[in-house]
Parts: sequence; structure tokens; C-alpha cells
Amino acid sequence: MTRRTAIALAVVPVAFLAAFFVWPVASIITTGLVDGGTDAIGRVFGDRGLRGVAWFTLWQAVLSTVLTVVVAMPATWVLSRFEFPGRSLARAIATVPFVLPTVVVGTAFLALAGPSGLLGVDLHGTVWVILAAHVFFNVAVVVRLVGGVWGHLDPRLEDAARSLGYSPWRTFTRVTLPLLRPALAAASSIVFLFTLTSFGTVLILGGPRIATIEVEIYRRFALLLDLPGAAVLALLQMIGVVAALAAYARYQERHTVEQTLRPVRETARRIQGGREWALVAGILGGTGLLVLGPPLVLLWRSLTAGGGFGLQAYRALGSDDLVDSGAAIGNSLGFAVAATVIALGVGLPAAVLIAARRGRLSRWFDTLLMLPLGTSAVTVGFGFLIALDWPVDLRASLVLIPIAHALVAAPFVVRSSVPVLRAVRGRLREAAATLGASPGRTFREVDLPIVSRVAAVGAAFAFAISLGEFGATLFLARPGGPTIPIAIFRFLGRPGVLNFGQAMALSVLLMAITTAAILAVERARMPGPGAF
Amino acid sequence: MKRLIATAAALALLTASCVNEPPLVRIVAHDFFAVSDEVLAAFTAETGIEVTIIRGGDAGLIVNQAALTKGNPVTDILFGVDNTLLSRALDAEIFERYESFLIPEIPDEFELSPFVTPIDYGDVCLNYDKSAFGDDLPPPATLEDLTDPRYRGMLVVQDPTISSPGLAFMLATIARFGETGDYTWLDYWADLRANDVEIAPDWGTAYYGMFSGAGDGDRPIVVSYATSPAAEVIDAEPPIPETSTGVIRDGCYRQIEFAGILLNADHPQNARKFIDFMLTLQFQEDVPGQMFVYPVRPEAELPAWFGERPTDTPSGLAPEVIGANRERWLDEWIEVVLR
Repeated sequence: MTRRTAIALAVVPVAFLAAFFVWPVASIITTGLVDGGTDAIGRVFGDRGLRGVAWFTLWQAVLSTVLTVVVAMPATWVLSRFEFPGRSLARAIATVPFVLPTVVVGTAFLALAGPSGLLGVDLHGTVWVILAAHVFFNVAVVVRLVGGVWGHLDPRLEDAARSLGYSPWRTFTRVTLPLLRPALAAASSIVFLFTLTSFGTVLILGGPRIATIEVEIYRRFALLLDLPGAAVLALLQMIGVVAALAAYARYQERHTVEQTLRPVRETARRIQGGREWALVAGILGGTGLLVLGPPLVLLWRSLTAGGGFGLQAYRALGSDDLVDSGAAIGNSLGFAVAATVIALGVGLPAAVLIAARRGRLSRWFDTLLMLPLGTSAVTVGFGFLIALDWPVDLRASLVLIPIAHALVAAPFVVRSSVPVLRAVRGRLREAAATLGASPGRTFREVDLPIVSRVAAVGAAFAFAISLGEFGATLFLARPGGPTIPIAIFRFLGRPGVLNFGQAMALSVLLMAITTAAILAVERARMPGPGAF
Repeated sequence: MKRLIATAAALALLTASCVNEPPLVRIVAHDFFAVSDEVLAAFTAETGIEVTIIRGGDAGLIVNQAALTKGNPVTDILFGVDNTLLSRALDAEIFERYESFLIPEIPDEFELSPFVTPIDYGDVCLNYDKSAFGDDLPPPATLEDLTDPRYRGMLVVQDPTISSPGLAFMLATIARFGETGDYTWLDYWADLRANDVEIAPDWGTAYYGMFSGAGDGDRPIVVSYATSPAAEVIDAEPPIPETSTGVIRDGCYRQIEFAGILLNADHPQNARKFIDFMLTLQFQEDVPGQMFVYPVRPEAELPAWFGERPTDTPSGLAPEVIGANRERWLDEWIEVVLR
């Protein structure tokens, strides 16, 4: 890749992040520090309670990430290596938890594992229920990011290992796992950032004695108006995130394996024999229980709220004069399309650049792109307010909503693309060049088809993220009607059985819309002959 | 003479710019602010001014956001600052002084500052699930009852450090038990803790997740609003004749919500007109059905299902007192209840 191409690719992502992330966040942190930062640094570091909060934030994130990977890997294997009816539906459903607002899932978890929970154990206020919820929310990240590569691994490599006498387990640990490592690291880094900045889940399920740094930052910005304290904590959080990401980027570079990716139709096989059927069914059933438990609670509640069993809550959605759910669905879909376009526009050039160029600059660029995922939403929201009044006053503009969503979604586009792009053999490109293709043509005929396919995975994610985004949206000054999660939040903030029912019904609709959207994106993905 | 002309010219310019103010007004409010479309349309029809409503999370957030953008506000009006947050807004000097010509129509008890205009009020009160109580165990009648072992494990409150009804309830206990004497508010909370009080992060989680009267929680007493039981009845389908939840009037705390014109607003003239409009009977009578709170104008009629206005005035604390002590109280609360 020439220097000029690299610069051209970098322009849009860099400008976007500079304007809508670096500048706002730097402004709010500077304001806080200038306001009394030195004093606040002492206060924050001297506070034993806060040190405990920081430590808890870190270890729960590490443990949540490990658990998520362990729980999600078997299902990822089944969903990416076997062919069976309903596979794309199962994959779409696995993504549903990811988009559900924490307010809703929180109460569903309480119904399952709370004081009078269906499961018969009261885990409220313990770290276990937080870990379970984190696994629930993030299984989709592993299924999609790792599955995206696993589904294209050349099965002949595994076959060769098996015929040379490796056991299935040894084949997995010695052949498959090393090939999956980059994708696994990508997924883990995202899960880590998500759980590190966990907010609603911790508040609702953890009880009042458990807090993360994210909760403390919110408390200071929103309630105490302790800007210096919030700024110091936000900075601390960011330093931790940057350190984790830097480690990730180094790892990613060292462990990239060039390989030939195969089309799915060549890698997936039918399930053979009773034992294999039992294994597949067991894995899908077990994961399904976890993933579908809370959504089923929501479905049940949506049908029974307001007395009696029926669709009254759904009917009420159409006629509620306080919250216009139809408009909320329209708003959410519109924002999701816009956010997906922005996230792809920012994420794809960045991914191509990061995959093609190695070295420190590329690593820092990668880290910068991921940083919004590890930054508290309220920090970004307050940053927008003090930074975006010039040259055009955007502080209360509708465009900030898809922009905020894209900030969260772009890292997914990058993370789902880079491992695939890196794995594409450089030889393919060299061959094209040898055969006389110009660099532009090589890009068009070799890179672009691959990019367009990895874009589909990223687009599905970006769309889903935007549909379910709640935290960052809530903290923005928003004109116009609510999004679906905000509408759910408004229903849950009013008394009345039917309001509760409507919150549940709208959550069910959100799940349905997400599933449909992901299925549609997967359909739109062209069947891949040749390239991979 | 020259100076006089210059002043006159400046004044003329100023008036001209006022007259030429674009017919817009922008209001920032928390996410639970609601007005009927018809009522807004009536305002626009009458004045020609278009209204844009900007939402920004909860009341604490929008006040802090306004403090952060002081002098360069995002909107013209802020709605939703309440008496527990008022001192912060006044200390930050985010508002322009304005007294509507309709202020005389409002009882004096609501007028706390010339910088803000009271619009509505509601009482944060304990609600209880009627089915959990009966002849052998009557519902608690006073705050003190809640420390009685018979009511052990029954109460859920919101965390006052992050929830506005939670803060209101904490203030009610401070107003009642005080900071000095044999039995202070902190002693009371220590007793509540000993009686297994549950702390929820927000109203929705407490009411729908943990309260037995509205969701499938297991706690029959919750901190909510005086108007909540009425809302339970109106929504039920098939309709239920009697409320399934009740209100304990003891230990209620009155929240008054205000609107104010932000300093340096782009459309101050229009903002004043809208503040006046919020005090008209048309707007005031729309308030209960939209926001489940009582309008401040006593002659505004309430919908039949809403019930009567509370006749007693719950104990309260002056905004300056809250402003001066809020953070210390919260720290002390955390120390006694959470640590």
C-alpha cells in the first residue's frame, strides 16, 4: 500500500474521531482538571472505597471475559461448522441479548435469580448474577466475531491433523485454536471493554454496595456535579483501557497467521450420526437456555401484564398518548441505518489500513478507534455539550444520535474485519500484481470483494448496536421523538400495570426487529465463490 | 449627549432584535416531561411560536448540563428542576430572573425563587401492596413502624445518591428525625438497615422489579408517588374497581417542579411567553394526565380518576438547607446504610 493510499484511507476515520471523540472528551476532562484537578487526584487516589471500586471493575471484567469465551465457544463451533435447518435464525437469535437495554434485562434477571426468582436461588447483590448477565449480553460478540473466521477455516487442515493421528481435542488446541486466536483476541478485547464500562447491569443487579468506575463517573457528573472527580476517574478509566488495548494490538500483530479462507459451503458439513446430533443439540440447548431465558421472561410478562393473558399490552402500544411507539420504531430504524453507514464509512477504511500497515502508528490508530468503547457514555455526552457549539452548534442536533451510535459501532466493524483482512494471503495481491494489475485494480479485484463481505458482518453488528443503544443516547440532548430503548425507559418510569406491559411488549418488538434485521443483512451477503 | 444617543441607538437595536426574534422556543426537559400535542398546537396557534422539546435524561443531568453550558445555553427554557436540586441551579446562576403575570394565581408555598416558576408538584410517598396486609397485620402507618420487626424485609427504597425519589425519601427522614437529639435520622436508617431494607438503583427497578404490588417482586412497601395507585387503576384491563395499592401519608416529601429561562437564551421573549403559557389553565389541566403530578394552580381541574389533591402539606426542607448539606448527608447515608 502506498503512502498516499494510506493517508487517503486515514482521512475520514481520523477526522471523525477527532471531531466527535477526542475533542469533546479532551474538552470535558480539561474543564474538570482545570476546575480543581490536583485536589481531585489526591481525593480519588486517597479514597479507599474508590480503590476498591477500581479493583472490582478490573477483575470482574477479566472474569466476565473469560467466562463469556468459555460459554460461547461450543455454540460458536456448532453455528459455524455445521449445516442444519434454522442455523441463520439461531445465529440471529444469539445476537438478540446484545441489543436489549439493561433496564429491561435487569428486571428479567431479577425475576429469574432474584429474591423470589423462578430458579429458586437469590443471587441479587452478588457478583455471580453480574457475571451471568455479562455472559448473557456478550455471547453474541464471540459467536459473531469468532464464528466469522471459524466458518471459513480450511477444513483440510483439520482433516490432515486427524489423519496424522491427532485426537479431536489435540486437533482443536494445536490446529484450530491457533488459527482462531486473532479473532478470539478481537472478540475478547471487545467483551472486556464492554464489561469494564458496565453500568446498568451493575446498578440493577449488583445492589447498592457494588459499583464500577463507570457508575462512579455517572454519579459525579450527573448527581454531585463533581467535575474534577469525574474527570480524574474518566482519565483513569481511559488509561486502563489504553493499556489493555496496547497489549491487545501487540498480541494481534504477533499472532496473525496467513491462511486461505474457504467459502462457508466448503467448510460446513451436515451433522452425522446420533452422537453428533446429541452433542450439537446439547450445546445449542444449553446455550439457548442462557440466551433465551431472560427474553422468554419478557415475552411472558408482555402477554400477562395488566391482568389476564393476551395482547392487551401490544394493543396499548398503538394507542398510548404519552409515548408514541410507532414513531419510536421509525426513529430507531432511521438512526440505525444512518449509524451503520457512518460506522462502515469510518470503520472499513480504518480496517483496511490497520490490516495492511504494521508498526507503531497503525497500533495507535487501532487503539484510538477502540477507545470510545471503553469510555463512559456520560463523559462523551457531557463532552458533546461543551465542545460541539462551534463552528456549527450541534449540541442539540439530531445528527449526534447516529454519530454517538457509530462511535460504539465502528470498533465492531474494525474488529470483525481486521482478522479476516490480515489472513488474506499477501500472495493473492502479489499474484495480481505479477499478472499486471495496477495497484488500484488489485485493490478493486482482490481487496474490495473481501472487504465487502466482511463489511456485512460489521454492518449487522452496527445496525444491532444502534437499535439497542441506550446509555449514550440518554445522555445526549435530543430533539424529536424517542428511540425504542428510550421509549422503554419512559414506560418503565411511569406507574401503571399497562405501562409495565408496554415496556415489555416494546422489548419483545425490539428483539423481533433485531432478529429480522440481522437475518436480512445475512441474506444480503452475497454467496461467496472463489475469494474466500 | 453623544452617550445618550449611543444608548438610545443601542436600546433601539435591542428592541428591534427582540421584535425580530425568530418565532421559536426551545425547552430542555427530563425524559418524563410530556404535553399533549393539542396544547402545544394551541400555543403555536396563539403566538405563532414553534416549540421544540429537547430531552436529556433525568432532572439531575439536565441541571448539571445547564450549569456546564452556562452563558451559552443549548435551549431557552429548562423544565424539571425540583426543590431538591433548586439550590444547585441557583448557585450556578444559570437562570434569568422572570416573574410571570400569573404568579399571583399560585399559592405562596410554591414560590421559592424569582428565578424559577413553579409548574407542578407531587408527593413522594410510601406505597403498599394491599394484598400483603390484613387484620392480623395492618399496613404501617408511620415512618417509625417501618423499623418494627413485624415489617422486617418488606421495604424497598431507591438509592438517594442516584435516584430522585430516593433522595426525596431520605430528605423526608431528615425533616422528621433531624440531625440532633436522642434519635437522629441516621439512627433511623441504622434501624431500617437492621430491619433489612432493600436499596434499588432507580424507581423502575424498585417499583416493577422488587415491589409486590406492581411487578413480581417480593417487597410489599415501596417508595413511590402519592398518585401511583390511581395510575394502577386507570390502566388495568379488564378495569379493576378498587386500587390494589395504597399510600401511607406519613413521611411523604413534596417535590415541586420548576421551569426557568436560561441566561443568555437566544429567544428570551418567546421563552417568557411560554412560561406564562405553562401557568394557564389549559396547560395546567393537561399536567395530571401527562405527567401524573398535580398542577400548581389550585383552580385547575383534575381528571376524575386522578383523585383529590392532598390536603396536608408534608414536611419539607428549604432549598438552601438542602444545597448546603446534600453531599454531607449522602456521604453519611452511604456510611450508615451501605458500608
